[in-house]
Amino acid sequence: MNSDIYVIIEHLRGRVADISYVMLAAARETANATGGKVIAVILGHDVELLVSRLAADRVLYMEHPVFADFVSEAYQRALAGLIKEQMPRAVLFGDTTMGGDVAAWLSAHLSLPLVSACRTLRADAEHGAIKFVSQICGGKIMAEGELPTPSALVMMVPGGYKPEQGTAIQPPELVRIDAPALDDLRVTVKDYVEPAVGDVDIAKENILVSVGRGIQNQDHIEMAEALAKALGGVVAGSRPVIDQGWLAPTRLVGKSGKSVKPKLYLALGISGAPEHVEAIGDSEMIVAINTDATAPIFDLAKFGAQMDLLDLMPVLTEKVLQAKE
Amino acid sequence: MNIVVPIKMVPDLVEELVIDASGTRLDPDALRLKLNEFDDHAIEQAILLKEKGKGEVIIVAPDVAGIDDALFTAAAKGADRLVKLTGNWNAPRGANNHALARVLANFIKTLRAELILTGVQAPNDLDGAVGPPLAEHLGMPYVGYVSGVMVCDGTAQIRKEYPGGMIAEMQVTLPAVLGIQAAEKPPRYVPISKVRATMKTAKIEEFPAAELETIGAPMTVRLFQPETSTRATMIEGDADTVAARLVEIFKERGVL
Repeated sequence: MNSDIYVIIEHLRGRVADISYVMLAAARETANATGGKVIAVILGHDVELLVSRLAADRVLYMEHPVFADFVSEAYQRALAGLIKEQMPRAVLFGDTTMGGDVAAWLSAHLSLPLVSACRTLRADAEHGAIKFVSQICGGKIMAEGELPTPSALVMMVPGGYKPEQGTAIQPPELVRIDAPALDDLRVTVKDYVEPAVGDVDIAKENILVSVGRGIQNQDHIEMAEALAKALGGVVAGSRPVIDQGWLAPTRLVGKSGKSVKPKLYLALGISGAPEHVEAIGDSEMIVAINTDATAPIFDLAKFGAQMDLLDLMPVLTEKVLQAKE
Repeated sequence: MNIVVPIKMVPDLVEELVIDASGTRLDPDALRLKLNEFDDHAIEQAILLKEKGKGEVIIVAPDVAGIDDALFTAAAKGADRLVKLTGNWNAPRGANNHALARVLANFIKTLRAELILTGVQAPNDLDGAVGPPLAEHLGMPYVGYVSGVMVCDGTAQIRKEYPGGMIAEMQVTLPAVLGIQAAEKPPRYVPISKVRATMKTAKIEEFPAAELETIGAPMTVRLFQPETSTRATMIEGDADTVAARLVEIFKERGVL
């Protein structure tokens, strides 16, 4: 049985994503107990320079011009062959907009079990079992179990490990491996659209008044704007608010939007789903207002109150304005 | 063009989630289900495409509590066919996405589907999303986190989201399975009166799911509520009291 832990490195346009380092940290802890090696796998084109900080025993580098972009079908095909041949104890993918297109397809294709939304992996050195803990239902429920043997696929979310734990000082050993034929792909990348710069860059703002589903409808955005103006900040939002078209996509805080690090993150009617929480962890102070006392956002916030944001916003705006006089 | 939209009911996260005595699943008696939000976007995207071109929108879902309402609502928005997959979805290990993908593939093979749009994920997914394994079973390409679809000449022109707001414009040869993050426009609202009227005319077809094959998902799972070492200091009182205290805190921390 192969006791190595494979990590599929996620990178886009010359930058290794933080989740890759998080996965390397998880892999190291697990491999120490299984007695296996940490093997990073990078699919790319001219990306030798990207591997230098990967904390892996070895990097398998599959080079092909198609891998200049992320193309789900190319990744699926290339990894299917490699995983089938090696059958590592575990293969880690990011539970991201990239890993999500690949891991579940491979699970069906290779008939290998898949665990998604995994936050931590812990191996029992004595029995060799690997225990996973996943975070589901918007962070309200944890699911714990044993990673099936002999080989399993895992999709990892951030939060369980710090990226620094998966970062190395010494560059790892680099081994080139052959890519399969990839000339008849049904998925092709035509172009990239850079995120609109918009009027503000929420990643650089000191004060963010961030609204979630609790804002209820577009008419209430004005109240949030008034509060933000009083505080000298700007309005941002979570996924549902952006998908409803109530705020511009440039204001999205979360997994597919921006990560922010303001002095004050005022989370109004935001429940704190993992994909939102991962983007606000570097805030100096989070204050949360929510009608649901069990909302996960209260686990992260410094201060909180259980109430309707619509009741609070106008009063708070007034009091802030008074305090500034 | 036939567009198939697989949808499913998921726990309503606004409600308190109760784990049953076995500790392995959410208590079905205490659970309120709602349509997966991403599936609602998939329905909207399908209907937008139908309105631009022609063809049928076929909505298909596992037969669980509340699904009839979700199906009739989709019909009121413009879906043409409604199909329930009948089977033992409430069995303790019945409803994982690997099982669902197999059943969906069996059903979709009976249609001439050119495009399959499904929600990119669901809040209770523990074995990945349903779209990628479905694509594998059907031998079709898959792209997820899609927030815009145009169809022309046997291809779909799509917009896929990456972290940080970057978007890739991609071309996918049809037939294909796409995981929808967001429709081009927010899901439309239909008044309840229109849904009621649709109930009188629309028909829900049934397709037997047969044996549910759950292999591919983690086998035994213990559920628990997360415990955290730190928790917010809660401010009690009415809006006035809370606002006054927040202003004090903002001053102390140099925000004001």
